[in-house]
Amino acid sequence: MSKKPYRLSTGGTRIDRAARMTFTFDGKDVSGFAGDTLASAVLASGQKLFGRSFKYHRARGLVGLGSEEMNALIGVGSGNRHEPNLRATQIEIFDGLTAESQNRWPSLKYDIGAANTLVSRFLPAGFYYKTFMWPRSFWKHVYEPFIRKAAGLGKAPEGRDPDTYEHMHIHADVIIIGGGIAGLAAAEAAASTGVRVLLCDENPVLGGIADLTAGMIDGACVEDYAIAAAARLATLPNVHILTRTTVVGHYHQNYLMAFERVGDHDPAILASGAPKHRLWKIRADKVVVATGALERPIAFANNDRPNIMLASAVRGMIGRYGVTPGSTGVVFTNNDDAYLTAFVLKKAGVNVQVVDSRSRSDGALVKRAIADGIDVSLGSVISAVEGNLGVTAVKIAAYRKGQGRVITEKRVECDFVAMSGGWNPALHLWCHNGGKIQFDDSLQSFRPKSHTDDIVAIGGANGTMSVEATLIEAQELGKKAKKFKVEEPDRGALESIWFAPATGKYNEGNKHFIDFQNDVTAADLELAQREGYESVEHTKRYTTFGMATDQGKTSNLNGLGVISEATGKTIPEIGVTTFRPPYTPYSFGAIAGAHTGALFLPVRRTPIYNWHADHGAVFEPVGQWRRTYVYPQASEDKHQAIVREILSVRNKVGMLDASTLGKIEIKGPDAAEFLDRMYTNTFSTLKIGKCRYGLMMNELGFLSDDGVTVRLGEDHFIMHTTSGGADRIAAWLEEWLQTEWTHYKVFVTPVTEQWAQFAVAGPRARDVLSKLAPDFDISNEAFPHMSFKQGHIGGYPVRVYRISFSGELSYEVATPANFGQGLWNAIMEAGDEFGISAYGTEALHVLRAEKGYIVVGDESDGTVTPIDVGMEGMVSKKKTDFIGKRSLEQSFLKGPNRKQLVGLLTEDPTEVLPDGAYAVAAVKDKPPMEMIGQVTSTYMSPTLGRSIAMALIQNGRARMGETISFPLEGGKVMKATITDTVFYDKEGARLHG
Amino acid sequence: MIIVTCPVCNASGDETDFHYGGQAHVRRPATDDPANITDDEQRDYLFIRHNPKGLHFERWRCDRGCGKWFHAARDTLTLDFKATYGITELPPVELMKEAKGPWAEYFKARLKKA
Amino acid sequence: MKSRYSLFSLARNAKNYHKDWEKAWRSPAPKAEYDAVIVGGGGHGLATAYYLAKNHGMTNIAVVEKGWIGGGNTGRNTTIIRSNYLQDASIAIYELSRSLYEGLSQELNYNMMFSPRGVMMLCQTEHEFRAFKRTASANRLSGLDCRMVTPGEVKEICPIINVDPNCRYPILGAYYQPRGGTGRHDAVAWGYARGADALGVDIIQNCEVTGILREDGKVTGLSTSRGEIRTKKVGVVTAGHVSTIMDMAGIRMPIESLCLQALVSEPIKPVIDCVVMANTVHGYMSQSDKGELVVGGGTDPYNNYSQRGSFTALEHTVTALVETFPIISRLRMLRQWGGIVDMTGDRSPILSKTDIEGLYVNCGWGTGGFKAIPGSGFVFADTMANDRPHKIAEPFGLNRFKEGRLIDESVAAAVAH
Repeated sequence: MSKKPYRLSTGGTRIDRAARMTFTFDGKDVSGFAGDTLASAVLASGQKLFGRSFKYHRARGLVGLGSEEMNALIGVGSGNRHEPNLRATQIEIFDGLTAESQNRWPSLKYDIGAANTLVSRFLPAGFYYKTFMWPRSFWKHVYEPFIRKAAGLGKAPEGRDPDTYEHMHIHADVIIIGGGIAGLAAAEAAASTGVRVLLCDENPVLGGIADLTAGMIDGACVEDYAIAAAARLATLPNVHILTRTTVVGHYHQNYLMAFERVGDHDPAILASGAPKHRLWKIRADKVVVATGALERPIAFANNDRPNIMLASAVRGMIGRYGVTPGSTGVVFTNNDDAYLTAFVLKKAGVNVQVVDSRSRSDGALVKRAIADGIDVSLGSVISAVEGNLGVTAVKIAAYRKGQGRVITEKRVECDFVAMSGGWNPALHLWCHNGGKIQFDDSLQSFRPKSHTDDIVAIGGANGTMSVEATLIEAQELGKKAKKFKVEEPDRGALESIWFAPATGKYNEGNKHFIDFQNDVTAADLELAQREGYESVEHTKRYTTFGMATDQGKTSNLNGLGVISEATGKTIPEIGVTTFRPPYTPYSFGAIAGAHTGALFLPVRRTPIYNWHADHGAVFEPVGQWRRTYVYPQASEDKHQAIVREILSVRNKVGMLDASTLGKIEIKGPDAAEFLDRMYTNTFSTLKIGKCRYGLMMNELGFLSDDGVTVRLGEDHFIMHTTSGGADRIAAWLEEWLQTEWTHYKVFVTPVTEQWAQFAVAGPRARDVLSKLAPDFDISNEAFPHMSFKQGHIGGYPVRVYRISFSGELSYEVATPANFGQGLWNAIMEAGDEFGISAYGTEALHVLRAEKGYIVVGDESDGTVTPIDVGMEGMVSKKKTDFIGKRSLEQSFLKGPNRKQLVGLLTEDPTEVLPDGAYAVAAVKDKPPMEMIGQVTSTYMSPTLGRSIAMALIQNGRARMGETISFPLEGGKVMKATITDTVFYDKEGARLHG
Repeated sequence: MIIVTCPVCNASGDETDFHYGGQAHVRRPATDDPANITDDEQRDYLFIRHNPKGLHFERWRCDRGCGKWFHAARDTLTLDFKATYGITELPPVELMKEAKGPWAEYFKARLKKA
Repeated sequence: MKSRYSLFSLARNAKNYHKDWEKAWRSPAPKAEYDAVIVGGGGHGLATAYYLAKNHGMTNIAVVEKGWIGGGNTGRNTTIIRSNYLQDASIAIYELSRSLYEGLSQELNYNMMFSPRGVMMLCQTEHEFRAFKRTASANRLSGLDCRMVTPGEVKEICPIINVDPNCRYPILGAYYQPRGGTGRHDAVAWGYARGADALGVDIIQNCEVTGILREDGKVTGLSTSRGEIRTKKVGVVTAGHVSTIMDMAGIRMPIESLCLQALVSEPIKPVIDCVVMANTVHGYMSQSDKGELVVGGGTDPYNNYSQRGSFTALEHTVTALVETFPIISRLRMLRQWGGIVDMTGDRSPILSKTDIEGLYVNCGWGTGGFKAIPGSGFVFADTMANDRPHKIAEPFGLNRFKEGRLIDESVAAAVAH
């Protein structure tokens, strides 16, 4: 052999021998050619070992050629660009690629974990359910950490992902999933009718396995037909081709997700600013599943050794990359197709013989093999494999179907095996969206059952294995069927072999792997049956068969075959496990798309947002809004700033950006009656130009929102809601209008964003506004508390509400949003001489708590009625019906021992009760203690120079003056006296000032 | 993601462009006779729901379109819409006939009228 | 008597290539009559049967299951176990359940891998922060071992969390239950099945109930796809399908069935050693012993029995988690699925007698039933055996919807999963 024994001197349709690429694998430089996959390049370097299995850490090599690969999982890149668990068969190499093997320590060749294989006899399926139970605490502290460390394949990257991702939305008349000859022919047929066709294929190159398929189409080999068809499609304006794009999920109503690997194969693409991955959200009128078929392995003893590959993968390695796994190979098959691999090997100068489990086949390929002088052993199986880190020899034994064990065998030296147990239609995307399947005896596999108008399967995915029949199916997509002249070899029948016998007693100690990655053997599946885990879902979950990262692509049917032989049930009787999305794993980054960091969720900003930011605002998220929590100045800490803001409002004047407050215009002849239905109190009696505070319940009788509503005219109101309730309440009003009181003539228009609104509050508030609007009479007489006026302030058109949430003289000034910043600036400037200060939400909360004003969501929590918070007077007795009224009659809501809102004054005025602290009926040494209620708001009041709190306490209103206890963390007990909820200016003189 | 078509403005969109409003044809007892509602009636109104596996009748709102509420008949297993109809209307007669369980009971009297 | 599982029995069986293991549970044909029948072979149903036999000596009983045991939500959830709820009634049942989980592997002689690795609920708004402080206070006085932790501690407990104070919803702290955690869901069903079977309970799979037989307002039996079964006590424990079953007895339920989405990533080496729940952004995540990141998300908004993964709810959840755990961006989703959850009007469960004598119902666990399996089975068995609600079950009776005595957990900003 030459210097590069595994790279053949000629051949390789995918590689460019002129372009050499160098990358590292486990720290060692490896060179390959442009077009190589990591799998082909590493194999060409003579390395067969690619990974370690999950449970036993057995040495593993390549099995497949593409996305079905289950053993050769590789970590690529480093640091925050590391990506684990990629299939070597899908990684396209480039200069500078760094790759490493996984799940091994200290190295791939010498892996400590492989000791598991020595004790594997003690580790059958589900062994962990039977042990690791004693002593109890050991699971968490000893067993589990050990198991977790051993499990888990690759490692996660470090840090935030530097790459970007994006979503695309696309409609297609027809989506064709898979660009093999079925998909190509279907795309041409469909395109000829003029519809928009989307053709997706997971590989870099269209054609599927055309290059591995025997036959001639119109005088050209199948591969040339595919190349020509792909070229024709590329010129069609109504055909959109996406390569490196896996359709991963097929959901209700032909909604599909396709995952495009945009920049993985070439760092230059990423460097140009392109996303790493792109997720296509596709809606298609018609889905054509042309996903082909997946070759299945055969279960024989030690069938997992490195260099035991699928026959098609060996064929592909030679044809596409000019790489052979070894110099002497054995093809082990139960069907004709794998003979193609023998021909390819022979042509490449590799020694090959065929072991065929069937006693005969009339197929043309078998006859040709014999005629060509290839050693074909019919009625034979591989019964044993020698070698650990590779294959050194196999044993071949005579076999006939149904035979349990091997008596005699002969040893054949070889360095690789190509196996083929037949082909399974790739049904995943067919089944995701509810497609039905049936068992096909000739395939010994499942295939689609009945097609529908909008979902069809063709070619291999439909269980159609001949080229000619595939092309005929594809023509259904066109208006008139195109005729093809196809020559292909006649095929002999396949004969299923679910378990190749070995020496020794049946299935004792021999490892016939079914699920390679998860180390599930035929014996494990049988054990599950024996122990009663008979449902296929039980078997799957008990043994973990089909649950590895390949989701059972190559293992599921072999598993069913083993179960069938163990139980005597037929495969259709056993049934299949559910095919769940995705078809192949895809990145969370692709799912999130661009919605990360600053674009994670939209931020709502008031018109004054930038001013706040420029003036040192500390923001807090309130729903989607960002509101100013406090504006610390120069050397202030947050607490000092809050105190300053509060005292400014109490003693001078302050201004709050209240633009987030919900604003809803309600207009129409029935507006007043409608509001009477919505609020617990009455609005039909409200005078024009007056404001009224209103309470809303939900239908369960619990507080849902509150706010001030003003009457602008007989049929026109403006409703204020809480900031968080704005959208909810607008939708809620609309719902009642449209669905219950459909005869009401009322329009509801949410206008929250249309207005900038500020609370100007404090004893000097009037001075500030008057200075800006000398002609606008806002004197106490002309503009008393709870009234409304329109006019101009500082030249800006305004709606002014004289309402107060601070207890001070207060005007809420609203101006169209675009004028907001101008008006704000004007007021700040005018207020300067009066010592005006902007204040944030925390000062707002302290101010309102000092006055005993409730916040829906703080004082109430969804189980609290208006009566509980002491607002019985606001619940109309006169109105016959309003939302929530009837529920207040339910026995529990009017029952005894309800928690009622009260004020609390701590014994020690310098101590503030913690948020959410619970009071108890009696303090005990240790819990449990009977709880009688909880703090709802608690603050240090700078105005009063002491702490204050509000609380919901059982029968609180009957307990005025009583001292109750709050056992805190750490054993401390705080005592507080129950008072009413108004701590400051009980008479309300200030707000009328 | 299912596609919904609004019968009012004829806009079609993804389910996220619409708002699901729960079971249709739930009577609010207080609207008719607020003074005489039993606890059972109020419970049924607030909480008891038809919850069939199969044909269901429900309310949707065309959230990002015309904003109107409408009724829909939908299969809760296949998720396919069978019909949409006005918010004050009853479903097409053939669907009322097709309804099973509690829905069949509900439509019985109404079918007689129709 | 079943042979015990242990390292020794494993070694003994290894000698003979594990050919002598007996069935974990029998598959008997239904008898003509039982003292009680549980409809539904999920975790809750099997636990009920186990405790009926063990605590109340009722061994002539059966569990009938339409499909295969543990095939509904028991085998589809994200396996979170915690008890740090707000309302007294919830704390009582979930804490009973959590404490039973602590010794369950030993009691059932079946390792269900209860892993008290800690559950951390993030506080991402001031409002949420205050709400969790309240919950913490209530839980402490109930005797639960829980505490608030600072952003610094959050980062220590879970280093992969994004604690950047400038992110969209900065982490202000978290509510932490160190004794919460996860378990192996299938093993809970199988362990209870094996335990119940050993006590004589018949577990009958592939047996669909088609009718609830009654006379004079009393239950007399069930008609099933495998014939009629006479019994005077029937416990309906059928999660997502409870409305359908109760309709057979003419009882209408305060339930709607929705589809909850969940997913796992490809297995990776351990990166997160606790359960993190981020309610503001709607997502939660832990890592299984296999190495898969286990992610739970929202429900589709409409009634849905399709039991299939959908993309919409999943996208929302994953986006939130990529923001919360930036390193997962380059990891991959391996598998997604949906489960039918039954939601009650107050999102709390129903454990109740009914107006029909001998008919009991256990349902409405919504998105959070797995954690409740042992406690639910324990008190429901007691309720059925004594024909009166167990003290812990009492608040969860059906009559609460008539009295307005709702058990609303959403008020604590905590979602009910």
